[in-house]
Amino acid sequence: MTPDGRQIVFDNVSKFYGEVLGVNKVNFSLDPGITSLVGPNGSGKTTLMNLLTGLIKPSHGTIYVLGLTPQEPIEFFRQVGYCTQFDSFPPGTNGYDFIYWPLRLHGFGHDQAAKLTNEALERAGMASVARRKVAGYSKGMRQRIRLAQAIAHHPSVLVLDEPLNGLDPMARAESIALFEAIAKQGMHVIISSHILEEVDRISDRVVLMSSGYVVAEGQIKEVRREVRDHPMQILVRCSNAAKLASAAFELDHVVEAKILSDGQSVLVRTRDAEQFYLLLNKIVSGGLVEVDAVAPADDDVNSIYQYLIGSDGAPT
Amino acid sequence: MSIQESVARAQNTLKEQPWRLFASQISVLVRNEVRRNLFTRRRIWVYLLALIPVIIILIHYFVDKNTSPSQLEEDTLVLAGIVQLYYLRLGIFFACMGIFTWLFRGEMVERTLHYQFLVPVRKEVLVVGKFLAGAVISVALFETAVLACFCLTYSRLGSTGRSYIFDGPGLSQLGSYLLVTALACVGYGAMFLALSLLFKNPVIPGAMLMGWEAVAPIFPAWAQRLSVTFYLKHLCPVKLPVEGPMAIFTIVAEPVSPFIAISGLLCLTIAILVISCFLIHRLEVTYTAE
Repeated sequence: MTPDGRQIVFDNVSKFYGEVLGVNKVNFSLDPGITSLVGPNGSGKTTLMNLLTGLIKPSHGTIYVLGLTPQEPIEFFRQVGYCTQFDSFPPGTNGYDFIYWPLRLHGFGHDQAAKLTNEALERAGMASVARRKVAGYSKGMRQRIRLAQAIAHHPSVLVLDEPLNGLDPMARAESIALFEAIAKQGMHVIISSHILEEVDRISDRVVLMSSGYVVAEGQIKEVRREVRDHPMQILVRCSNAAKLASAAFELDHVVEAKILSDGQSVLVRTRDAEQFYLLLNKIVSGGLVEVDAVAPADDDVNSIYQYLIGSDGAPT
Repeated sequence: MSIQESVARAQNTLKEQPWRLFASQISVLVRNEVRRNLFTRRRIWVYLLALIPVIIILIHYFVDKNTSPSQLEEDTLVLAGIVQLYYLRLGIFFACMGIFTWLFRGEMVERTLHYQFLVPVRKEVLVVGKFLAGAVISVALFETAVLACFCLTYSRLGSTGRSYIFDGPGLSQLGSYLLVTALACVGYGAMFLALSLLFKNPVIPGAMLMGWEAVAPIFPAWAQRLSVTFYLKHLCPVKLPVEGPMAIFTIVAEPVSPFIAISGLLCLTIAILVISCFLIHRLEVTYTAE
């Protein structure tokens, strides 16, 4: 793979901690937009992010971020902001200084650094508590002040390790809106998260990880196609769930037909959705049952993840 | 001008003037480190190391009323002993061990090193900035302590002391003491900075370094040049009449000029810093291993 000035490229990247595997043979390239890394604890998400930002070095392979590597830190870290999962801060620091001093290391003068600091604090909703010591912040506030630091210098690539952890619903919604706004400006936003519903809603693409391997990557629908050998779930609300379930069972490609607790819905798992829809048309036109609604039940990351990993992706 | 435009403009300016950027980054690093590490409860033991002789001399100042001229020679030797045997061999050594090893290893322990690695600062600049910060802290502490010892020692003697300082060799000796103190801080500091990048726990290599500094005088001349005290001994203004095993600390095996001693120690310091610049590139942020 050759570096592209707009892409993030992982070229055959592996990382071993002694004999312990961090990630293995990772190959993918990311275009601007929101990319989510999804996987249970220990799947290698943080390792991948630390590799991307140069905090650790790959045992094999190369990583390019917009054609740059962390070995050129001056150019690289002007383009990259990383909000890590490490919940630790320099002792005695307050919110303002936590953002201001790294900006001074970027080479900004006092006035410009102060302006950028105030802007980042406003964007993260931390302006009112900026002069308080970080040690006195709640977990959500600490999360947001780290986010403010990561975005303060207007990076083109924003890497966020579990950025929604510890946030209340309001702050979570504001953060998601912020990520979306940043992505709309043509930037890369890479998020790792266990909160699959939120990732699902905001992601342009997903990278699914398990035990150090990338098991699927691409747009959610592309990933779905990758796993088309797995049964697809279709939810049907109808007037007679039992009749529909028994008709569905007669088809070879239907793996399961489950009547849900409301008694009016059937969850069908099929290897051939098109054939099932044809059957459904026949049933409806034959007047056997009345269908109120039909919807694919698994076109989201969570269900794809269940197929691929055999887990619901809940925090472990 | 929008914020984005002003950011881009500032970045382009600095891109064209990297040395200006390095200088500004070093200045920020030094200010930050000094602010965080000079006045902190964690450093109380370092203040104690610096102040113990000052406290002893202060007690002596109030208790010993003998201010006869014959006391001058004895007090001068006591002060020389304090600087050469306590400060140079123990106080500055252990203080530098605490200050300089904490610059990187302490950030690993506190899990804050990643903040230093996620900014557009070359690792070499980071090493230099942190080293200078450690030097500022240790030099400020120990120069103040040595100065206090000197003033208390001679002010006790009244006019005899004043005459020794202003009409005799006193001021020149003070200059030499301040010089060796500063050189000891930078020399030991560079060594401990490098050791902290090599070892997770610098206590054992620190003890080995202390042993090496003690026994270096019995080694060939070329090997002695790899010790900090080799250079410092030549700059001490008062020769100590030490006998027995302690004499090993004061032996001058091969006399060298002050110029060679100063430039030799600075060259040794720079060489160790260059090695540190290579070592830091191996450092990864893996806090779980700490």
